[in-house]
Amino acid sequence: MPTSPTNPLSSSPFIPSSASVAKVMRTVIYALIPGITLYIWLFGWGVLVNILIACTSALFFEWGMLLIRARPVKVFLFDGSAVITAILLVLAIPPLAPWWLPVVGCFFAIVVAKHLYGGLGYNTFNPAMAAYAVLLISFPRELSVWDAPLAQVDHSLSFIETLRYSFFHSLPTSLQFDALTSATVLDHMRTQIGLGKSLAEISRSPVFGYLGGAGYEWVNLGFLLGGLWLIYKKIISWHIPLAMLVALAAISALCYVIDAQTFANPLLHILGGASILGAFFIATDPVTASTTPRGRIIYGAGIGLLTFAIRAWGGYPDGVAFAVLLMGLTVPILDHYTAPKVFGARAGYGKS
Amino acid sequence: MKKLWRFRGGVKLAGFKQLADASYINSLPIPARLILPLRQHIGDSTEPLVAIGDKVYKGQLLASSSAFISAPVHASSSGVVINIDKYPVPHQSGLAELCVVIETDGADTWHPDILPEPHPEQLSADECRKRIRQAGIVGLGGAVFPSAAKLKPTRAIDTLIVNGVECEPYITCDDALMQARPEAILRGILQLRRLLQPVDCLIAVEDNKPEAIKALQDALDKLTVAGINGVNSIQVVPIPTVFPAGGEKQLIKVLTGKEVPQHGLPYEVGIVCLNVGTTAAVYDAIYDGRPLVSRVMTVTGAQVQQPANFEVLLGTPVEHILAAAGGVRSADHQLIMGGPMMGVTLPHSQLPIVKATNCLLVSDAPQSSAALPCIRCGACASACPMQLLPQQLYWHARGKAFDKLAHYHLADCIECGCCAVVCPAKIPLVHYFRFAKTEKQEHEIKARFADQSRVRTQAREARLERVKREQEARKAARKAARQQKQASTDEATPVIPPQVSNG
Repeated sequence: MPTSPTNPLSSSPFIPSSASVAKVMRTVIYALIPGITLYIWLFGWGVLVNILIACTSALFFEWGMLLIRARPVKVFLFDGSAVITAILLVLAIPPLAPWWLPVVGCFFAIVVAKHLYGGLGYNTFNPAMAAYAVLLISFPRELSVWDAPLAQVDHSLSFIETLRYSFFHSLPTSLQFDALTSATVLDHMRTQIGLGKSLAEISRSPVFGYLGGAGYEWVNLGFLLGGLWLIYKKIISWHIPLAMLVALAAISALCYVIDAQTFANPLLHILGGASILGAFFIATDPVTASTTPRGRIIYGAGIGLLTFAIRAWGGYPDGVAFAVLLMGLTVPILDHYTAPKVFGARAGYGKS
Repeated sequence: MKKLWRFRGGVKLAGFKQLADASYINSLPIPARLILPLRQHIGDSTEPLVAIGDKVYKGQLLASSSAFISAPVHASSSGVVINIDKYPVPHQSGLAELCVVIETDGADTWHPDILPEPHPEQLSADECRKRIRQAGIVGLGGAVFPSAAKLKPTRAIDTLIVNGVECEPYITCDDALMQARPEAILRGILQLRRLLQPVDCLIAVEDNKPEAIKALQDALDKLTVAGINGVNSIQVVPIPTVFPAGGEKQLIKVLTGKEVPQHGLPYEVGIVCLNVGTTAAVYDAIYDGRPLVSRVMTVTGAQVQQPANFEVLLGTPVEHILAAAGGVRSADHQLIMGGPMMGVTLPHSQLPIVKATNCLLVSDAPQSSAALPCIRCGACASACPMQLLPQQLYWHARGKAFDKLAHYHLADCIECGCCAVVCPAKIPLVHYFRFAKTEKQEHEIKARFADQSRVRTQAREARLERVKREQEARKAARKAARQQKQASTDEATPVIPPQVSNG
């Protein structure tokens, strides 16, 4: 602010902040490692290939936009925010994907959703989720084919084979693409229920695991672990994840009790799809989330309820991304009306 | 163990308290010159009672005021008044204040009227208050509010809180005082107890000062054994070390669970809060008859050779004290009065020590680091001990949206610095808030001026309008009169009645 009358260096406090944006972002990236490791372990190299492609392209777009916008490249390029956006976008799309899918996604996330709105700190929408929504609407076919767990396929692709698929769309001979993929649990459920089958029949399918989707349930538990660690490290507060998961569990439990043949059980809602990742890593994106304690609870709960509504009655198998984007619209008003009571404002001691 | 409460927010800070050892207090040679500002307190300034050339004794009254919220100033050593003029003083505003300058004679002779009080316990409450006021005692924790103004509250006081928390990093002067003069602190409290009649007297000390806690407890046990009246109402309470636990409102919350109402004062919840240094000064004033002419202060920081605590005469130039502390290590330093969280920078070392100076922090020159945009992480809001939303205040301070700043309670910000030290984007938040507060004041002054101008303009327009109407009315009246006159002369002519329209 050029209007400051004095040098901020001569103004208290004189203890420099030990926190930094880069440190915050790095911690978030570390917290994603258990989930991503399990993801690679159970589903093959696809995720890693996508992460490499997405991070490279996200950093490239970030660099380009910083140059165009005449912002200090050194300060912003390695703040870690572009890398997180890239990783979250990759986790939202299928692991076996053509190379241009993460590139187009990163273009939209970094160039449109982030920099055209003013860059770090100014974006109205979560860039990864906005990009995912664009991909989902533009390339529905590519986005609906998900990898089957390695345990359920005859041949698992090597790293090189995965790269070759990504860039040249070629698979080893005698291997059919369909043999590597399966529907996701939420997708499967949705189409089968649409065919009039009961959940009891549907849940015999191999896409169901012990707790959620086969394989994905463990990946989600990995994300849960990382998320809890983030709360412990005070990088995120408990309000949004807890509110979101409680709201999702509550409404799915209610519907499950009413009609167990049409509505999945709460555990499936929590551990299937993007609920855990969304609750701890996406909905907690500081820039686009509410900042007050009460606001965060409402914001989180809203995402939980909308996620369920979209899954149960909407046009897409999962609803976390749209729920996050929709609740993002409410943030200014939430922040305004949920400002905490100032110290002494509710003091019940009158003057005498 | 006393039940304690918690205040929301706050930060844990590295203490750096071992730098200035609190187990001893150094004395200083008398400086050649003392510069005594006539306002070293919150409230009205004082009028000088001496003239240039006057010989003054140590403890002699130099200036006073009849205002309720004010505190007199005394000569802190014997000598001659050589000037009364405006000098720069250590204060946030950076403005110059009227000061009395004394050239000391080195004898440090007390004024002959200053004698110990033979029967301090028998003084009436009003006499005690008068003496505390006359001694120029103000809050020595840094707020420098005239203490006497706190001692006649309009409602019953349940708790007297004596603040030995000292939550700012680096500072150890209260710690040193508690270790050196625990009995003076306790006897001062007993005097204050007679004035305020509280049920409890709580001495709060952060648990990072075990020696001070022990010293106070030992002194308390000694007075208890001696059977001094009222001692059993005093309690030494160790509290957890969290900044800013020593803030008045935060400390009251920690000790009693009560929140001082927004815009209110502690006495409204039945509490009076004083610093340990203040209670020791009360002891000196009542028992020894001595006004406030010196204080204990810490000289510390990475850039000072021999950090230590000093008993310093008020008005001593900063450079004199720095020299006594072995000097500074390099020219590349920053001089701060107070602690690293809430202190103010001093432009140079010729400024005098005042009643508010609890610490002189000589730190490394600051490194400038570019602030990033706010990422709205909310760390500042979690750290704010007043439960404000610093990130919202920041946006609106930048936009100078004064109505929004009021909506988010800018006025309640105590500028403790917690938000800024946790900000990952390294935004100098407090700097913005301080700036917004002064801007807001200016804005309000302008707005008031504009209002007054508008009222004046409207009044003027109304007046002109009225004058015009009156002129027209007079003109019409004259015209009517003229017509009537003419009509009466033309009586022969039939008058055509005016057409009456129903429309």
